[in-house]
Amino acid sequence: MLFISPSTYVAGVLFLCLMGFLYWAILRTSVNASSDILPSVQFFSIFWIPVFFVVPLLTMRSIAGERSSGTLDTLMTTPTSRVSVVFSKFAGAYIFYILLWGLTLGFPLLTQKLFPHAAEAGALLDTASITGSFIFLAVSGVLFISIGILASSITRSQLVAGMLCFSTLFVVIVGGQQLGNLAETGGQLSGWLNATVNYLQIFEHLDDFSRGIIDTRPFFYYVSTGLLLLGISSLVIEAKA
Amino acid sequence: MHSGLDASRDGRNLFSLVGPQLVLPGNQLSLIADNTLLMEDIPSIRVRDLSRQFGQVNAIQNVNFTVNQGEVVGFLGPNGAGKSTTMRILSGIMSASSGSAWVGGISVAQNPHEVKRKIGYMPENNPLPDDMRVVEYLRFRARLKEVPGRKLRETVQEAMEICDLARTARRKIIGTLSKGFRQRVGIADALLGSPEVIIMDEPTIGLDPHQIQGIRKLIDNLRGKLTVILSSHILPEIERCCDRVIVINRGRIVAAGTSQELRDEFLPGNRFTIEVKGSAEMVGLALNEGGIDAAIIEQIAGNGSQKLVIRIESETLDGSDLISCLSKRSEFSLMSLSRSVPTLEEIFLAATKRSWEETIDKKPVIQEAEDSKHEETTA
Repeated sequence: MLFISPSTYVAGVLFLCLMGFLYWAILRTSVNASSDILPSVQFFSIFWIPVFFVVPLLTMRSIAGERSSGTLDTLMTTPTSRVSVVFSKFAGAYIFYILLWGLTLGFPLLTQKLFPHAAEAGALLDTASITGSFIFLAVSGVLFISIGILASSITRSQLVAGMLCFSTLFVVIVGGQQLGNLAETGGQLSGWLNATVNYLQIFEHLDDFSRGIIDTRPFFYYVSTGLLLLGISSLVIEAKA
Repeated sequence: MHSGLDASRDGRNLFSLVGPQLVLPGNQLSLIADNTLLMEDIPSIRVRDLSRQFGQVNAIQNVNFTVNQGEVVGFLGPNGAGKSTTMRILSGIMSASSGSAWVGGISVAQNPHEVKRKIGYMPENNPLPDDMRVVEYLRFRARLKEVPGRKLRETVQEAMEICDLARTARRKIIGTLSKGFRQRVGIADALLGSPEVIIMDEPTIGLDPHQIQGIRKLIDNLRGKLTVILSSHILPEIERCCDRVIVINRGRIVAAGTSQELRDEFLPGNRFTIEVKGSAEMVGLALNEGGIDAAIIEQIAGNGSQKLVIRIESETLDGSDLISCLSKRSEFSLMSLSRSVPTLEEIFLAATKRSWEETIDKKPVIQEAEDSKHEETTA
């Protein structure tokens, strides 16, 4: 359903336009004022902008749409389990999400192709930082998409699902950072609390990954929370069918 | 519960012996005939003391019925009677509050997965994804129903041919189809995966007479091959399509049987419609004097003449006795006489009226059982 509905492609085009524009802006600033940070690292550090609108757009329809049109009922009368329904909804949205990010690789490639002299060798396509950032996006995507799926499973209105997903993503991404800022200014937090707050710092995770440091703790955080949310969604479908 | 478990075990064994059965028309018929003896032992659907509450509201209460292999059974009832609830429980979407149901000998509560393999369900309002093409949708549904890959094309083609979609609407986008075609897509979907039982919730709602006739023919084609349960409140539909009728009112079964059985139970005796000119008041007197035990049920004043519907208790009396009795009198003259067979509508009204009278004192039953059900499921 995801791949045949027009709204998916609208989300995709919006995403690519926005990301293309941002990439261009980053390149412009780095031409005018040289910076130590690679353009690709700068580019991936603004991952949260598209996440805020692409993830709700991709996931809000998934279960809420089926519920409101009644096709969830017909789906439930087939010998498919609730878990597989939820996971296939997740897989569809996740694959599309990763695909969209994959397409953004075209930006540095295009730039290099069009301006081979202007681009210093290696500066645009720094393998280590790009690989790290992509691993981060793939892993954090598990959590983001599952938030969307859960939001979509608990309501029959796509609008409510979208808003719920957006605000939860906001809390998860920005809230973690704000907690971190609070901890820094307060400076009085006990050891374990400090560790927990650090654990939830999505931006720090990205920093680590884009520097090529691959830590297992964020892996665990994203994947386990994502699976938990998907499990809850399948229970919700079971109970509310 | 325990006996249900045993039944389901037996059922599974029998069905594994029977193997694949009940595939769409034609070539598989002989296979079915060979196995009739085995299959007759297990009713297609057995429901015992099924109840479902939504908060304070009893959507259905102690519903009991059995449907045999190959029967076409109609569920009849006013809005909110519990038809959809019963069907949803049978198809495993919703669980019952108490009681048990078996489909093909398998308990719905204990083994919903297995039951879903045996059922083709078409829900109320027939929801379909608007963005897909008919053939795409049916292939997708067939895959969901575990039709093996190499038989996919063939199965979908067969279902589309039965529902007359193959030539006309094969590549059309579902969102652009007319109501009748959408309904056919829904039925084709229910037929996929060679189910044993087909449950259709209001299949003819919103269709024009031609389309209704088409769907009736379709159901006639399925008769004897599949067990079909359909619900409706369009009474002539049910009467023409179904072998047996189950009347539900306020969550209880108030009548069940063939329409003839229901007639005998709820509206016994013979009915005649007569048309007389003159003083119609004398008709009753004339009949009494003629020794005929009759009651005038209805009196319709016409243009110069009057129409009377009379009920005669005696089964042996026929029209000739009436004619000879009524033509003797000079106060009125008999214009026409015809025997009238009560329609299902009348039976339905009589049955639901009786059940209302029975339940009226017990407790104030809340009418909107069905509506609150929707709220409950969607909230």
